[in-house]
Amino acid sequence: MALLTLLAVVTVAIIMQRSLFGVVVLFSIYSFLMASVMMVLDAVDVAMTEASVGAGVSTVIFLATLHLIKTTEMRQVNVKLAPMLLSVVTGGALIWGSMILPPFGRASNPIHQHVAPHYLENSIKETTVPNVVTSVLADYRGFDTLGETTVIFTAGIGVLLLLRGARRRGRNGEDRDAS
Amino acid sequence: MSAVRTFIEHYNYVITILLMMAGLYIVVARGNMVKKLVGLSIFQTSVYLLYIEPGKILGATAPILDPAFKVYSNPLPHVLILTAIVVGIATVALGLALVVRINEAYGTVEEDEIFERDRDA
Repeated sequence: MALLTLLAVVTVAIIMQRSLFGVVVLFSIYSFLMASVMMVLDAVDVAMTEASVGAGVSTVIFLATLHLIKTTEMRQVNVKLAPMLLSVVTGGALIWGSMILPPFGRASNPIHQHVAPHYLENSIKETTVPNVVTSVLADYRGFDTLGETTVIFTAGIGVLLLLRGARRRGRNGEDRDAS
Repeated sequence: MSAVRTFIEHYNYVITILLMMAGLYIVVARGNMVKKLVGLSIFQTSVYLLYIEPGKILGATAPILDPAFKVYSNPLPHVLILTAIVVGIATVALGLALVVRINEAYGTVEEDEIFERDRDA
C-alpha cells in the first residue's frame, strides 16, 4: 500500500516537472517502484522484466532521444481545464465501477477458478518446468510469444528505417546508438 | 464502516486508476511530444498493474513449483503482462524515432509550434 501511494506521488511529480531530463529520471524511478510493486504481488518474472526493460532500456532510449533533439526544457504550460475534467470524470466512473470487483487477494475470486489451476497442477507433468510462468509463456501459449516477437521485429525495422533516412540526409551528422 | 472496508479492499484499484488518469491527462494536456510518450508509458504501466493485481492471493507465493509451498498466485496474468511489457517498449521506441524525425523536419517537438508552421506553409 505504501509503495502504491509512493507511485502516485511520483506520477504527480512527473506531471508537474517541466525539465524533460527530470521527467525521464522520474520515469525511471517510477519504473523501479513499479517493479517493486510487482515483486510484492508475487510476479517475480514481471518484476525482473520491468526493472530491466522499463527502468533500464526505456530510460536509455528516452535519453538518446533527448540527445538527438537537443532539447531539455519544455515550454511553460498552464493547467488546462478540459483535459483535467475529462480525466477526473473518467477516473471517477472507473473507480465507481471498480468498487464491485472482487476484493483483493482472496483465493475464492473467479480469476483463480478458471484455467490457472490446470496450469499449476499439470505444468510439472506436461512440461517438466517448475516455473509455471515460463512453461505457460513458451509452451502452452507459444504462439502468443511468436506474435510478440513479430511485433518487436516490425517495430525494430520501423525505427531503423526512420533513423537511417534521417542520417542519409545528414543534416546533423550524428550517429544513433542502436537500441 | 463497510464503506471504509470496501475502499481498503479496493485501494489498489483506486491507485491504478489514478495512475491511468494521470497518463491520460499528460497525453491530452501536454504539447511536448517526449512528455506525451512518457504519459503513454504511464498509462501502459498502470494497465500492467490492473492485470497483475487480481492474480495475487494473500499468503500465496510466486508461481514456481516447489513441494514446500501449497498456494501459488495466478501465473496467467504474469505471462500476458510479460508479453505486453516487451511490446510496450517496442512501440515507445518507434514513437521516439518518429519524434526525432519530426524534430528534424520542423526543428521543434512542441505540438502548437508544429501546427503553426503547417499553417504558414
